[in-house]
Amino acid sequence: MTTETGEILRVSDLRTYFPVRSHGLIRRVIGQVKAVDGVSFWVGSGETLGLVGESGSGKTTVARSVLMLVRPTSGQIVIDGQEITQLSPKALMPMRRKAQMIFQDPYNALNPRHTVGGIIGAPYRIQGIQPPGGVRAAVQALMERVGLNPEHYNRYPNEFSGGQRQRIGIARAVALRPKLIVCDEPVSALDVSIQAQIINLLRDLQQEFGLSYLFVAHDLAVVRQISHRVAVMYLGHLMEMAPRETIYAAPLHPYTHSLLSAVPIPDPKLQKGRSRIMLEGDLPSPINPPSGCVFRTRCFQAQERCSVEVPPLIELAPGHHVACHFPVATLPAGVGTARATLETQPGVPVRRPQPASGQVSSAQLDRLPADGRPDSTRLRPQVRVGRSR
Amino acid sequence: MTTPGRSAEQPFLEIKDLGVAFPTEDGLVQAVEGVSLSIERGRTLAIVGESGSGKSVTAQAIMGLIDRKIATVTGEIWLDGQELIGLPADDLQALRGAQVAMIFQDPMSSLHPFYRVGDQITEAIKAHRSIGAKAARAIALEMLRRVGIPAAERRIDDYPHQLSGGMRQRVMIAMALINAPELLIADEPTTALDVTVQAQILELITSLQGEFGITVIMITHDLGIVADVADDVAVMYGGRIVEVAPTGVLYAQPEMPYTLGLLSSIPRVDRELSARLEPIPGNPPSPIHLPLGCVFQPRCTYSDRVAGGACLSVRPDLLATAAGHLVRCHLPAEERRQISQGVLNVLAGGS
Amino acid sequence: MAAYVVRRVILMVALLFVLTAAVFALFTLLPGDPARLTCGKACSPQIIEANRHRLGYDQPILTQYEEFVSGLFVGRTYSPDSPQPIVCNAPCLGYSFTRHEQVLTLIAAAAPTTFWLAIGAFILWITTGISLGIFAALHHGRWPDRLVMGISLVGYSLPSFFIGLVLIFFVILKLSWLPFPSYVSPFENPFQFLQTMILPWIVLAVLNTAFYMRLTRNQVLETLNEDYVRTARAKGLPERTVVVKHALRAGMTPLVTAAGLDLAALLGGAIITESIFSLPGLGALAVSSVVEADLPLITGITLVTSTIVIVANLVVDLLYAAIDPRVRLA
Repeated sequence: MTTETGEILRVSDLRTYFPVRSHGLIRRVIGQVKAVDGVSFWVGSGETLGLVGESGSGKTTVARSVLMLVRPTSGQIVIDGQEITQLSPKALMPMRRKAQMIFQDPYNALNPRHTVGGIIGAPYRIQGIQPPGGVRAAVQALMERVGLNPEHYNRYPNEFSGGQRQRIGIARAVALRPKLIVCDEPVSALDVSIQAQIINLLRDLQQEFGLSYLFVAHDLAVVRQISHRVAVMYLGHLMEMAPRETIYAAPLHPYTHSLLSAVPIPDPKLQKGRSRIMLEGDLPSPINPPSGCVFRTRCFQAQERCSVEVPPLIELAPGHHVACHFPVATLPAGVGTARATLETQPGVPVRRPQPASGQVSSAQLDRLPADGRPDSTRLRPQVRVGRSR
Repeated sequence: MTTPGRSAEQPFLEIKDLGVAFPTEDGLVQAVEGVSLSIERGRTLAIVGESGSGKSVTAQAIMGLIDRKIATVTGEIWLDGQELIGLPADDLQALRGAQVAMIFQDPMSSLHPFYRVGDQITEAIKAHRSIGAKAARAIALEMLRRVGIPAAERRIDDYPHQLSGGMRQRVMIAMALINAPELLIADEPTTALDVTVQAQILELITSLQGEFGITVIMITHDLGIVADVADDVAVMYGGRIVEVAPTGVLYAQPEMPYTLGLLSSIPRVDRELSARLEPIPGNPPSPIHLPLGCVFQPRCTYSDRVAGGACLSVRPDLLATAAGHLVRCHLPAEERRQISQGVLNVLAGGS
Repeated sequence: MAAYVVRRVILMVALLFVLTAAVFALFTLLPGDPARLTCGKACSPQIIEANRHRLGYDQPILTQYEEFVSGLFVGRTYSPDSPQPIVCNAPCLGYSFTRHEQVLTLIAAAAPTTFWLAIGAFILWITTGISLGIFAALHHGRWPDRLVMGISLVGYSLPSFFIGLVLIFFVILKLSWLPFPSYVSPFENPFQFLQTMILPWIVLAVLNTAFYMRLTRNQVLETLNEDYVRTARAKGLPERTVVVKHALRAGMTPLVTAAGLDLAALLGGAIITESIFSLPGLGALAVSSVVEADLPLITGITLVTSTIVIVANLVVDLLYAAIDPRVRLA
């Protein structure tokens, strides 16, 4: 049973700050780490929202805040029609039946002293639910469903491989047939050949049980495989949110462009001819984020306005939200590093030329429209909007 | 890659039949077996594999980092005309950090937490040259600038935990290249880094390689990185090399079913989205219990096509299938190519 | 760093106040009459009453405590209005009636012996323990390691008085390699000083060497597996540098803690060893003060030894920050 809007999760203006204390005589709070600084999004029923970002983007904090594992500083979180930020831990218990989490590290997420059967069966005990046929039968059915041998019911986690442990975590998460599962980098710690198995499993379970996923990851290729919509985060803010193919084929935010250009394509002919946007420098401190747009210190087209005004997340096309004063559909010529093409004659030692600098010259900046606003034709990229699986 | 019937010039690095075995409670574990490779000066070889494939152990064997009191190392490693495995420990130590250098996966744990970054670099300098502290520091500073660390004059006195992940890896690179080595081994140098930082680091390694003429061995599990930086690729599985080819050839005509499986199972940002990924069934083998016959056989979809069940009982050899292209598989070459083309067509055409 | 030190010192002072209160409460609120203890068997009730008044035991407890604490800072005079006031100089730790002497004087006289005993043993066990520990770690799994660990287990298990008595029996009595111990200051007669101290040093060192050997071995084994040690080798550093400068240094923190606290405890007096070897140190003083039920002396010694431990704690914490730059002195 879902709400009228068909949304399982709606997050409004979520902020999660962590206090920073001084080292003086009195440990005063001298600042805040603004891990999540005003993020709003929603996840529909039966769909997957991929939340991507690099380290320091705040995506993991969002995942934890959504399930109240970390207390948000402000904002609203509505799960299946119920607002949860003001609830006491006890009052949150019923919510935990509907929303569960899968964790990143299969080696640390399972208690090594509990048997697999105990781990997967724990939700039933904790929520006081007696499945028809008993807990054991239900657990063994789950084990089989996720690809584990039900006879291993009494084994301990250390007897399983990383991929199998992740399956245990998944079985535990779906035991109570939740509506929403927050997946915090569930495949990052797994071998490449196992990742595909787990991704397929998650997709199958989604179809079978009508699950919604908030899929947090840093790997853009993995996110693309499982998400219907994708949101991109940077330094605690949402930069862009759009249907999957729009993000990958026609992004509008400079950061999204940079991210995509940085992901290496496993095809040497394509990869070596690509131009790449090299982001200079490091992530700014989340305690003291840049004024205005937090991305402006590394953006290849930052201008005056960017340091003054925080760009709001605006819907530029149906379902396509961008937080940028100067969204760009195609990159201006000259932006990005040309990768040297390679002569691959077997047996010949190769000397690579120096790559061109990735910085945008002032001459190139002049080629952007004078008032900084891209002309309207560039705002209607050729996209296929809507759900494609 | 050496092509058959080449000129008499030796390759820069040549590994012949390398084997590394560790004793464990369950018996002798053969982490690496029968590995043979060669690289020309100035080129980049990528060694691809997953956990347990033996790629890191191979790298450490080249560096002489394997503890010979514990492990057994067999075979030969020839670096620029000098054999390394038989070399006495002192000579090997003189080589490390000077002629051969290595950078590791996790820069946070790979730098000593108690010492300043600059001191760790000057330590590497002084280990191989007699030089005063001031001069060493000046060299270190210059190198930090060269690897792109902003405000290097301040950063040189920072401790590792005060730097970001990308900067720490730059420091590692500076430390590795400070004595102008001829061979650089990079063991998953970007796995712990963000993708934008990864791009910066790979670009840095490539440009320094060009500038100094360094030969690079890049160890990774990421086929995108391989496509980006490698001239030649060696795929390892279960402690063995299962395929070797120039990069373009590996991606266009892979012949080992494992390589094919890897290429089919990785998600991509560019291609038409297929409905499902085609994962390789099963799990990577544990080095303690390697399968008899072909080590990949339990997960291979095509093993039943081999006559007489050779895959189950006979270890295949690494044989040339074309110039510079070696494959370890029992399937007849023609059949391998057919399978390969079929799978790649499906992948390229989308669902 | 400075802010941290100041904060810790303030905390330490506060803790010392709590300590004095605790010690004071402990000994004042004990059952029994402290005045009764001041004069032994040949005591008439009048003398006891007189002493009670002279020592101020008849005053309310809080006043007693006040006087006690102020005495620590400015000194104190017992029964100032009587014909025989007893002056106790600052810091006044009390006055021992049985010995007719200020507690501070008694402690000051005994302290150097204990100091030399502690320092000598400390240097001995640290050098032996750490080097043997490194040795065991480098040969780990093989027979030198097992041998060293086995010996350490034996040393660990033998009680100090047993070792002491065995050594006295063989070295002094049977073999006459050394004369009977008789303490002199090292500045007075260094040779006799060494002859006296060598056996007590060995006794204390045997116990602690075992512990430090184990600890060092375990720490070094652990840090030798760390990634930064691998990096150090990859840089081409000689193995000795790798082990000492990289591995040992990284694993030092528990060693520093243990060493600091062990030394502090020892500075408070090695009771058994001092007794066996007749060394006039704080340990011997503590024992006799208990035997004689000399309450002020007991109180004074307790206060001194506790202070040493508290200060040692602070020093150890500061050393942490000096060793490990990640310790952000939080």
